[in-house]
Amino acid sequence: MTEPMAEKTAERPVAAPRAMARRDIRAVVVKFFRELTLVPVIVVLLIAGALVNPVFFTTSNLINVAEGGAALGMVVVAESLILLTGKFDISLQGTFGLAPLLGAWLIAPKASEGLGTQFSPWIGLLIVLVVGLAVGTINGILVVKANFNAFIFTLAMSILLTGLQLGWLGGSTVYNLPEVFIYLGAQSWFGIPVAIWVTVATFAAAALFLRYHRVGRAMYAIGGNLEAARAAGIQVDRIRIGVFMVASVLAAVAGLMQAGRVTAVTAGQGSNLIFGVFAAAVIGGISLEGGRGRMVGALTGVILLSLVTNILTLSNISSTWIDAVDGAIILIALGLAKLIGSERA
Amino acid sequence: MQQDSSAGPAKVPAPVGEAEHVFKTFGETRALIDVSLDVRPGECHGLVGRNGAGKSTLVSLLTGLTRPDRGSIRLEGQPAPSLADRGAWLERVACVYQRSMVVPPLTVAENVFLNRPTAGDTPLVNWGSMRSQAHELMLDWGFDLDVDQEAGRLTVEQRQVVEIARALSIGARFLILDEPTAALEKSAVERLFERVTRLREGGVGVLYISHHLEEIYEICDRVSVLRDGELVLSGAVRDIAQGSLVAAMVGSAPPRRATEIEAVEKKGAIGENRLVVDHLSVLSRAGSVADVSLSVRAGECVGLVGLDGSGSATVADTIVGLLKPDSGSVSINGAPARPGKVDAALGRGVGYVPQDRHARGFAPQLGVDENLTLTVLDRLSRLLGIVSFRRRAAIAEKQSENLQIVAHSLSQPVSSLSGGNQQKVVVGRALAQDPSVLVVVNPTVGVDVASKEALLDTLARARDQGVAILLVSDDFEDLRVCTRLMVMVRGRIAAVFDQAPWDRQRLIAAVEGLDVAV
Repeated sequence: MTEPMAEKTAERPVAAPRAMARRDIRAVVVKFFRELTLVPVIVVLLIAGALVNPVFFTTSNLINVAEGGAALGMVVVAESLILLTGKFDISLQGTFGLAPLLGAWLIAPKASEGLGTQFSPWIGLLIVLVVGLAVGTINGILVVKANFNAFIFTLAMSILLTGLQLGWLGGSTVYNLPEVFIYLGAQSWFGIPVAIWVTVATFAAAALFLRYHRVGRAMYAIGGNLEAARAAGIQVDRIRIGVFMVASVLAAVAGLMQAGRVTAVTAGQGSNLIFGVFAAAVIGGISLEGGRGRMVGALTGVILLSLVTNILTLSNISSTWIDAVDGAIILIALGLAKLIGSERA
Repeated sequence: MQQDSSAGPAKVPAPVGEAEHVFKTFGETRALIDVSLDVRPGECHGLVGRNGAGKSTLVSLLTGLTRPDRGSIRLEGQPAPSLADRGAWLERVACVYQRSMVVPPLTVAENVFLNRPTAGDTPLVNWGSMRSQAHELMLDWGFDLDVDQEAGRLTVEQRQVVEIARALSIGARFLILDEPTAALEKSAVERLFERVTRLREGGVGVLYISHHLEEIYEICDRVSVLRDGELVLSGAVRDIAQGSLVAAMVGSAPPRRATEIEAVEKKGAIGENRLVVDHLSVLSRAGSVADVSLSVRAGECVGLVGLDGSGSATVADTIVGLLKPDSGSVSINGAPARPGKVDAALGRGVGYVPQDRHARGFAPQLGVDENLTLTVLDRLSRLLGIVSFRRRAAIAEKQSENLQIVAHSLSQPVSSLSGGNQQKVVVGRALAQDPSVLVVVNPTVGVDVASKEALLDTLARARDQGVAILLVSDDFEDLRVCTRLMVMVRGRIAAVFDQAPWDRQRLIAAVEGLDVAV
């Protein structure tokens, strides 16, 4: 990794380069493991899953787990990006529900609870993205520029979006959606659902961007020390607003995945999603303070939560108890992550 | 513009940074009046002045954060770029501020090259070249720092190194160090001096701001003194005696008190030891304390004088239990205090007026009366802890009269009072519990003249009634209620004055770390 630097500087008085290289490796290894502290927990869960139900270790079930986690994962990427810059957005779950609903509503026939305009499904897809972009822009500008408190502002936004969703649908479900619209959630490539490919690609793209793009590094700087980032000439506000916009678009796409998976948009799509999103991000090592955490960690958080949900479903635990167990397992995972990885949670 | 230390000073010795007849006014305050100052390549130029003399304003002009009303700034012989062009400023001048500009979660290398490409003009980060360039930079300037380390794990000294390295890597040849030694240990200060020497050899011009005059004599070539926004003295360090430097900083004292601080006449007898601090050592970011012993008797007011970071406030915080000492002990009224327990200390009869009244002094939304009686809730309540409003009103009225608190009513929220009256509430709160020991930190900061008098009079009265007072302050006006002064420099007691009136010049010299025999 290190470029040769020894020959030029060998005669200088300080720090022998070889000693330094050794320290490099150790730092890298330590850092790597810190991101993967959840792996042992995941292994335990895999064993537990196999014990609970033999169905668990079948290909179809594992794909099922991944598919279930795909939409969640997209929103976790979105929230993690915002968290890294030191803000957060609760209304991602509202966007997750409302954006695909608006798209579906405008393209579906009246018979299947649409508006009856029956736009082309491509326009429907465009609408989904535009809704995401619009919500993100409003959130970004008002939280970053007008300095509204992120918690209360995005909470109110979330209530508004969910309310619109319920108001328009009146509790019913938009169904009978065209092929193009549900492609993302319903089709497979090489036997694996498109949603999984897209989510994995999004994680990889976000990780590479954060690691290798100037703006990605600037996001860490903004979350780590706002003053220092400003002083270094980083366009703090512009980047923060941009992150809000990208995140909302990601949430809209995630909502599209979910709609495709169940081939319908329900009035309740997205409700309570955000708690799982925060849980996955935080147990995956994304700091709520900003500036700390990596996508690899967030991915392990998503995998862990998806496995827990799946195992609980496969086990004989009564469905009314699943939430309680879910919560308890998240608390335990937080505790473990804190023990091993120190600085998270 | 990568580092090129061997090149040395440029052929044309244009100053790396220069202010020419600059004026700056903020509202009513004339912050700078016709100040000219230049820093040449390879020079270390000291800038001294008491708080409020205009040093920070000058720094913000020289770093392009504000623009002078009149006069001009020149960098490397060129007129200064426009304020909007941050990049151009960063290339020419760098400032290491007292507050850290390091991003904790990022590595040292990233912090050095924050928001700057290291390999060509691409938006992608080349980690390999960034790390090797950072490493090379560290070697070039003799900084011993692992560039892959997370900056959050660095010591204060190492963070400073990162900031200096950042400045150098941009190519800035003009470096401003704003009180760089305030938070450093003695050995770290020596290492900083070695670094500054290296920088000078490399042709960097340094503007060195410090309260510690002995440092100016150690590493600066020239020194300029600001007082009340004016440049009152400037010249080669070797030509200026310490005495005249101090005199320039102090100026002619206000005519009423000349150079001496009249002590308020002492009434009442001095009693037994109330507060004893024995060989106290505390490590703290805000200023460590090394082996400090002192005692305060009933009816005495001991002034603990020191600059920010000298450890004087740390002593106070340790006495009331906000900090745990590393070694040594505190005893109150003859019994040892439990380290790190605030409630225990207060229960023993210690009243406390904290340094930062907004953070620790009062509950802003509560009324004057409630704030005044927060420390004595147990005395107000009877059965089942129900608070007696009548008793509260009685106590609050007494204190507010005592301190001449100006408020519409006793229920007015403290947040809507003036700074001076807020501070009276804080002091009143400490006095409400009839303390036997009172620890007061900077009681008159940001307070108007009339309130100041009222506050100091109240302290003097408490002292005469037999309270043992430890007054931590760097405002010499406060010291007139003291019966004895101890000066702290770098965590140690550097001088003791026990005969009022206090001589301003000798006091300043001691506080700034010079030998008292000026």
